[in-house]
This record gives sequence, structure tokens and C-alpha cells, in this order.
Amino acid sequence: MTQQEALFNYSLRLGDNALVLAQRLCEWCGHGPVLEEDIAMSNMGLDLIGQSRGFYSYAALVEGKDRTEDDLAFLRNEREFFNRCMVEQPNYDFAATMMRSFLYGCLSYLQFRALTKSTDNTIAGLAEKSLKEVTYHVRHSSDWVIRLGDGTDESHQKAQTALDELWHFTNELFEMDESDEVLIKAGIACDLAALRNEWNAMIDEVLLKATLIKPSESGYQSKGGMKGMHTEHLGHLLSEMQFLPRAYPDAKW
Amino acid sequence: MENQLTAEEITKREMEFDAKIAKGIVVEPKDWMPDRYRKQLLRMMSQHAHSEVVGMLPEGNWLTRAPSLMRKAVLLAKIQDEAGHGLYIYSAAETLGTDRAEMIDQLLSGHAKYSSIFNYPTLNWADMGAIGWLVDGAAIVNQTVLAKCSYGPYSRAMVRICKEENFHNKQGYQIMAYLMKGTKEQQEMAQDAMNRFWWPSLMMFGPHDTNSPNSGDLMKWKVKLQTNDDLRQRFIDRTVPQAEAIGLKIPDPDLKWNPQTRHYDFGEINWEEFNNVIKGNGPCNRLRMKQRRDAHENGAWVRSAALAYAEKHGK
Repeated sequence: MTQQEALFNYSLRLGDNALVLAQRLCEWCGHGPVLEEDIAMSNMGLDLIGQSRGFYSYAALVEGKDRTEDDLAFLRNEREFFNRCMVEQPNYDFAATMMRSFLYGCLSYLQFRALTKSTDNTIAGLAEKSLKEVTYHVRHSSDWVIRLGDGTDESHQKAQTALDELWHFTNELFEMDESDEVLIKAGIACDLAALRNEWNAMIDEVLLKATLIKPSESGYQSKGGMKGMHTEHLGHLLSEMQFLPRAYPDAKW
Repeated sequence: MENQLTAEEITKREMEFDAKIAKGIVVEPKDWMPDRYRKQLLRMMSQHAHSEVVGMLPEGNWLTRAPSLMRKAVLLAKIQDEAGHGLYIYSAAETLGTDRAEMIDQLLSGHAKYSSIFNYPTLNWADMGAIGWLVDGAAIVNQTVLAKCSYGPYSRAMVRICKEENFHNKQGYQIMAYLMKGTKEQQEMAQDAMNRFWWPSLMMFGPHDTNSPNSGDLMKWKVKLQTNDDLRQRFIDRTVPQAEAIGLKIPDPDLKWNPQTRHYDFGEINWEEFNNVIKGNGPCNRLRMKQRRDAHENGAWVRSAALAYAEKHGK
């Protein structure tokens, strides 16, 4: 695998994670539990759409085949999307939404922090901008995980259920492949395995305050999102998102 | 407080209040105001805030299907602005002594109204253009005038909100203009949206002046500075040339420029439809209320959790 191919894959993957999570947050718009949270989720969604555009544009540039950010977002099928399965999980309820943002956000925070030192200037620049945004996302979702966990019996139960369900998708957050290896050697990408202890510490600190119990490592763990192996949810998300450009292939919007 | 005043004192204060308004002095929350002024303002402001929040729904309907990442980002930012406007106007309305929770209860129980326009469905992507251009365009015509109203918190809110609405208006028009330059199917989408949203947009200005029960007092107190019909005419006059510029047809066979009045003449609005929508019998009244009620009820446990946490931790 050439470095160019690896860089394309890597950027595409970061774009996919951001876009799929943004699409989920968009689903909340107008339906939040309180107006302030509607605004906050839109805010995070906007940040993530911005991130996806940055990484897609860079992927398209690296690929050099005249594809655009929109070609990458709207004209690939589910097996060609490489996001982590966690971000495609449905919103279910507010607890699941905040827990997903928290678990994924912590990884995203650590990853972008490391990528600010990337030897690739574009990746470093995009990481710098994204880090500021994700720092806020983690603070916001952590606050809610704590509030819900240590709120009422009902909210505690919902937060624990959300954690138990989403825990099945945590191992996969750290999966790497040949693209990572090639780029780590070149100082472009970061080693996710090296971030795991710190990720665990971040999670533990918040779960303790939230009085929530971290699930055991046993049981099913998803894998393969980065290889295009997804849960059944992604196809529906994409068919909704991609409807217009697919239905009117000659149109520009 | 007003109940403790004698009828004579009230009359005296009302005369002072009217004189103050006539001089163009702005009323602030702690100033004395007639009960009816307070009630009228609260009615208008809460209705306005509810419209912002309910108005998120028809646009939210296309957010997950926006056809490009740029369009998705712009639409999301726009809807987020509407939520912000709602929050801002609820806060401004709270200065009149009713809190947001109570206003929301009035909306959900069907006692408070919101703009009739949001009871129409969004059926194709061009509707996002039509809403930004026509609906927000109509709102701007209304709100530019409200920015000069006599109640300080409302007028200041309007100044700020109008700036954002102008951006919404431009993005809506840009969607339409872009579609009209596109494929035949895109042009049809745009015209279809125009056909469905034109008349309901005109209805946004409310009934004819001769039939507007609240206008008298509101005009005297400078809560309202121009009549429904004047504002409607101004909207039509500025919108028709915009439609023509991009090749959209206005779905009104009676529409024509009148060189004598220097305004467009237009056909009669279907007031029966308007009254029906206001009464709750529009195409989406039940859906919109269900969506708002569901969001409120499904969020109850979240709000309770936040309160319980705050009480436990003294925050």
C-alpha cells in the first residue's frame, strides 16, 4: 500500500465517522428534551459536518480523481463506508445519544490531540480545529452522563442501559489496519493502541461521578467498521441521506 | 398590583402611559403598563416564540435528506438560529411575568397559537428554498416593523433576529435560484414549492384589516405599527420581481402591476382555508402538535434528572 492510498483511506475514515455521527445528531433537530439541548446537539452536528467536509475534501485531493466531498458523502454504498460502528448506532433516547457522544468523543479527543503533531500539515491543521470542537463535545456529553447517571432512578437506569449497549462497540474504536501502520511510520497518523489507557482513565473518571458501572470486557464486541462491515443501521441512514443525489444523478444542488 | 389601584388611578395612569407611548418613549419591564398592554404583548411574543420552535419541524423534515454537505450545514445552522430565536423571545416574554414552562404548556394544550404557515407540509427539497425565501421574507417584513415597537425587550430582540432572518432569506432565495438554473426536474420542484407556499405566505400577515380583532389597541400602543394589509402589500411588492428574476411564476392569475397605485394588485386570499388552518384544521396541525408534545413528554425524564442532580449537588 502506498502512502497516498493510506492517506486517502485515513482521511476518508475520519470523514465518515464525523458525517455519520452528524447525521444522527441531525435527527434530533426539533425534538430535543429542552430547547437548549436542541441547540447544543445542532451545534455539535454542525461541527461534525464541518469536520467531515474537511477530511473528505482532503481525501479527494489526495486521491486525485476529481471526486468532490459530496461524491464521497453521497455516492458510496454502505460497504464502502469506513466509520466505526458506534457512531451509526441509532439515537434510541437522550441517554444513548449522550453516551455515544461521550464514548466516541473521548477517543476523538485523544486522536485529534495526537494528530495535531502529524507530519502532514493538512491533517495537523484539521486536527487542531477539530480538537477545539471535540473538547467541547466531550465536556457537554460528560456533564450529561454524570447528570443522568446521578440524577433520578429512571435516568440512572437509562444511562446504565445505554452504556451496556454501547460498550459492545468500544473495542472496535481502537482497531487499526495497514493504512494506520503505513502512516504511523511516516509520523502522519497516531497509534490508537497507545491511547487506550488514557481513554479508559477518562471514561472511568466520568462513570465514577455518574455512579455508573463499567461493563465487563466479555460478551460480544463489534469489529470491522473500518473494513466496511457495519450493523444493519447504516444502510438506512445512508439511503435517507443519499436519496436526492441518487435520485437525480445529473442535478447539482 | 393593578387591582389595588382605584378606577380613577388606573385611568390616570393609562392616560400617562398613552402619552408616553405617543412621545415614542420605550416601555421597559419594570415600568407600569396597562393589563391589556401586557396581555397583548404576551400573546404576540409567546405566539412568536412558539412559531420559531414549531417552525423548526417542517425544515427539520429535510435536514437528514439535504442534497449536499454545504446545504446540510447551512440548513442546520438556520434551524439552530430558529431555536435560538425561540429561546430569546421566550426570555423577552418572561419579562412580562409569565415563565417559559407556562407558555409551553399553553402551546401544548392548544391554548396558544403559532404561525399558520407551519401547518403546511414540506414535500420536496425546494420547500427549503420557499420557506427561507417566502416565509422568512414575510417574517422580515413583519419583524422589521416590530423592531420599532414600544416594548423594549421585544424591539431589541427583533433587531437582532432580523439580522439572522436576512441571511435565512438569502439562503432560501439562493436555493430557489440554483434550482431554476438546474435540470427540468429541479425547476419543477421549485415551481411546485412556489405554488404551494405562495398563498399560505400571504396568509401569514393575518386577516384583512377590517377583520383583525386585535389591531386597534396594538396600533394605539405601537405594538403594531402598520396594518396587516399594508405589510402584505409590501411583501408582495418586493417578492414578485424576485420571482420573475429567476423565472418562477406566481400562482395568481389576477396578479398585475398597477401603475396608478404603484403596487401589485392581487387576487383574493382563500380566507376559508386560512380560518380553517387557524382553527386547527390545516394539513399538519395535528402532526405539529404531536411532534411538540412527544418531544416534551419524551424529554420529561431528562429535565427531571437535571433538576434532581442540581438539587443533590447544590448547583
